Amino acid sequence: MALTLLRGIRTPTLFRRNAGLFFTTIHPPLSSFTTRAESAQATESKAAPKSIQLATKEAAEHKKQGFEAVIGIETHVQLSTVTKAFCSCPYNYGSQPNSTVCPTCMGHPGTLPVLNAKVVECAVKLGLALNCEISMTSKFDRKQYFYPDLPKGYQISQFDIPIAKEGYLDLDLPVEFGGGHRRFGVTRVHIEEDAGKLLHSESGSYSQVDLNRAGVPLLEIVSEPDMRTGIEAAEYGAEIQRLVRYLGVSNGNMQEGSLRCDVNVSVRPVGQSKFGTKVEIKNMNSFSAINRAIDYEISRQIVLHKEGQADQIVQETRLWDESSQKTFTMRKKEGLADYRYFPEPDLPEVVLTSDYIDEIHKSMPELPEAKRRRYENMGLSMQDVLFLANDDNVARFFDSTLEHGADAKLAANWIMGDIAAYLKNEKLSIDEIKLTPLELSELIASIKNGTISGKIGKEILIELIAKGGTVKSVIEEKDLVQIADPAAIEAMVDQALADNPKQLEQYRAGKTKLQGFFAGQVMKASKGKANPVLLNKILGEKLNANS
Amino acid sequence: MPPPLQAQRLLLSHRRLAPSHRRLFTVVSSLPSAPTLATGAVPSSILSIRESLLSGERTAADITADYLSRLRRTEPSVRSFIHVADAAAEREAEELDRRIATGGREAVGPLAGVIFGVKDNLCTANMPSTGGSRILDGYRPAYDATAVRRLREADAIVVGKTNLDEFGMGSTTEGSGFQVTTNPWDDSRVPGGSSGGSASAVSARQCVVSLGSDTGGSVRQPASFCGVVGLKPTYGRVSRFGLMAYASSLVVVGCFGSSVIDTATILSVIAGHDKMDSTSSSHYVPDYKSELIPQDLLESKPLNGTRIGIIQETLGEGVETGVISSIKAAASHLEQLGSVVEEVSLPSFCLGLPAYYILASSEASSNLSRYDGIRYGRQISADDLNELYGGSRANSLGHEVKMRILMGTYALSAGYYDAYYKRAQQVRTLVKKSFNEALERYDILVSPAAPSAAYKIGEKINDPLAMYAGDIMTVNVNLAGLPALVVLCGFVEGGSAGLPVGLQMIGSPFSERASYDAAVNRLCLPDGFEASRIKFQDRFHGVY
Ligand SMILES: [Zn+2]
Repeated sequence: MALTLLRGIRTPTLFRRNAGLFFTTIHPPLSSFTTRAESAQATESKAAPKSIQLATKEAAEHKKQGFEAVIGIETHVQLSTVTKAFCSCPYNYGSQPNSTVCPTCMGHPGTLPVLNAKVVECAVKLGLALNCEISMTSKFDRKQYFYPDLPKGYQISQFDIPIAKEGYLDLDLPVEFGGGHRRFGVTRVHIEEDAGKLLHSESGSYSQVDLNRAGVPLLEIVSEPDMRTGIEAAEYGAEIQRLVRYLGVSNGNMQEGSLRCDVNVSVRPVGQSKFGTKVEIKNMNSFSAINRAIDYEISRQIVLHKEGQADQIVQETRLWDESSQKTFTMRKKEGLADYRYFPEPDLPEVVLTSDYIDEIHKSMPELPEAKRRRYENMGLSMQDVLFLANDDNVARFFDSTLEHGADAKLAANWIMGDIAAYLKNEKLSIDEIKLTPLELSELIASIKNGTISGKIGKEILIELIAKGGTVKSVIEEKDLVQIADPAAIEAMVDQALADNPKQLEQYRAGKTKLQGFFAGQVMKASKGKANPVLLNKILGEKLNANS
Repeated sequence: MPPPLQAQRLLLSHRRLAPSHRRLFTVVSSLPSAPTLATGAVPSSILSIRESLLSGERTAADITADYLSRLRRTEPSVRSFIHVADAAAEREAEELDRRIATGGREAVGPLAGVIFGVKDNLCTANMPSTGGSRILDGYRPAYDATAVRRLREADAIVVGKTNLDEFGMGSTTEGSGFQVTTNPWDDSRVPGGSSGGSASAVSARQCVVSLGSDTGGSVRQPASFCGVVGLKPTYGRVSRFGLMAYASSLVVVGCFGSSVIDTATILSVIAGHDKMDSTSSSHYVPDYKSELIPQDLLESKPLNGTRIGIIQETLGEGVETGVISSIKAAASHLEQLGSVVEEVSLPSFCLGLPAYYILASSEASSNLSRYDGIRYGRQISADDLNELYGGSRANSLGHEVKMRILMGTYALSAGYYDAYYKRAQQVRTLVKKSFNEALERYDILVSPAAPSAAYKIGEKINDPLAMYAGDIMTVNVNLAGLPALVVLCGFVEGGSAGLPVGLQMIGSPFSERASYDAAVNRLCLPDGFEASRIKFQDRFHGVY
């Protein structure tokens, strides 16, 4: 029935004429991105004007100019529950418009919301992960406004009693941005439902409504205005993404809109306690874009301050434009929007028990911050710590390798070196390769106990990553066991000396750097299996013996 | 916001006149001579339909034809129905007869052959459901409201959709976007509202029972005006799924019947938790009709031990004298049946009305936002999104609905919320508290169901405050979420046969049964009733 019910809407600017329109059959563009972590660090801002290519020294630089930026973030996380928040429709990004809708999420007369218990569980999980106080009793409210993508004319949300409040988020800034530990306050986490989407026709003459997303559960996380630079804000967003992925509550994908950050930026003279006029920025679909958009906006505001035009900074919503690397006015705010919140009479209060919260607490995995501190205590560098802890899959691989007895530093080196390079080349994630943590630990052990050389190790690694199998079988199959028998090596050395009398003569005439040449010959003859230490020792003795 | 303020003033003066102390109720001397009682079994249309159907005396098709022919004869003057599903009803009846013929009495549900009307703000699958509003003209839901579904599953037959004030906002059914329903007792008068169509349909025997909804008296006041039994269950007793929302925190689905036992039978079927409505209660559902056997004799004192409180504030200024004397006579009768009857004062009683109108309008302003012409319902052609919203709503919503949306929007606006919505919620808490305290002392509280009998069509149409004031007897019960039953208890002058007056019996949450016990005994009617009844039946040319 849903299919026959959607109709056209016409508006002056967005939509104009339409000749009897129905629901759309347009396929949304297929997503061409993976769900791996969008990197805030990767600032591919070649096109960016110099003025906004500020990085870590920013805050200090602003201060030098006599100003300080204040940044707060509202993050919307779309939960990956099987069904929507208040009805039993599924939601899958990119499915046919209006194919996952029902009378309830279409706002039909007489329908009522029924809360999906999984949503509360996700909210409590994230609330705990953000070190929040969980409300034992919270309630739902209606936020009211008219828009075609909002079927009921109100959004079910939480107004004065959010499910979680007063928490904080710890993170470590990337080393290349100067590093440093930060703690940012979290004001609140509340549950709400998403709206649908408008699809505008190419001609701009009409628009269509896709309600697949209407009623999908969201958690809105409101930060304290604790951030001072673009990179801090971007890292805050990245840490939220890590958390939701660690907790399995969302895929955190920014391009699909599963994670959306709206930032508020204001600038004030250093020493002033009152906040400057804040500007909201939207439309950033990567952490790198958040970083750049904020830094651009801060520069824009500082320039206005310095030129005595601070009054030109007005409360407004600005959009980040990726192509010009600038923010543009979307709409000026005419006073505060009045959403006429009032308690949702169709839903009872959400009452939690401490047993319920304890159960959830117990079921939670180790979170990124705890992981980073643990890795740090192993003596790993912050660079290593961030690389290993920031991706749930990498961390799991690393931890599992350690559980099989591998040395932390060696395991870290392998993962960050050869494995990371391979992943980057092949555009794979660590859980997509055939190498298992057990075999990596075996590999490390085989090198350590001298069974194979480090060089052979690298070869075996590539073999294992691509084809799988065990270290042992590859060594046997390819006969790669290191030759550590002095007699065997001595024989090979003798052979090499005998085969190259000219070079031997030159060596003995004083061209001692030819030792490398002979070592190479022996290695070649041994197919790389000769123990290099033993080889060099015996070779040295032989070369210098009869001189 | 002038209307609620004025209403409050009006009620405050009323309150000042009401005596504030509690005293024993002494009416015996002021009453007409003690009524003599009619005797006999409890009349139940549902039971007699079942007996005749299962004994083979009549077929479901006969019964349906009977009701349909009466409906066709009376509908031109009563106009209870917005939509009559006669063909579907006939088909369903034939199907029932086939099942009885092949499978016997076991093959059909307990309500087989029971013809019922459905207030048009309850969704019915593949049948028009307009809520009495032009904005939903032509809308056909894909689903049955839970109450409708449960009746259908018991093999009751939907005969059509009954008229109402648009989205339930009104007390006369004149606020319908489609037609004006008349009162079967006098067709120059209103049937009450907002469930006026459902009440008049049962009163005129166009159907056996009907469903209504009660937000502030929308079942009880029309039951009183039309002289039928009307039940407003406890909030949450019946699922609201499929009921077009007007004021979600106040409304409950109720029913009408020509006897107490019929409404009890319907309640047993429609009550109970529904996973589609989180506010529906999982409180145990008893068989409300079992053991509802009246004691014929006054001497047996069937209500011995029942404590009944008459709400003092409901018998003061602004209430018709004929209504007051009918209620007092009923109280005296209840006393004679063995109960202890006292007057009780509920100090917050008069605060309820303004609080009710603020809360109901606030919720309405939100609940009606979905009628925007975008996904369903009437849409006007426009060049602009705001014009589309404004035009669709302005053209299709009625005056009263617009007024309440404006009032509610105002009450919820920033800067006014505390003074109106929040304060009204505080009053609601007070009202709840005072009712609960009184119900600790009394099993049942009684009052008139309305300050007057049915008034003339058009009489209050331009005086919304007078119309709102008529809800004084009923709104508090919704604020407190309590169950209440309205039964005929007397008549006042008017029309050709007199105009019925209803007695409201209010119980504790989920104590519907207690009201039933008292009410079923009340149905042993005094002599005077029969005369009016016969005169009324004459108007319908022996259709009873
Ligand atoms: Zn749905």
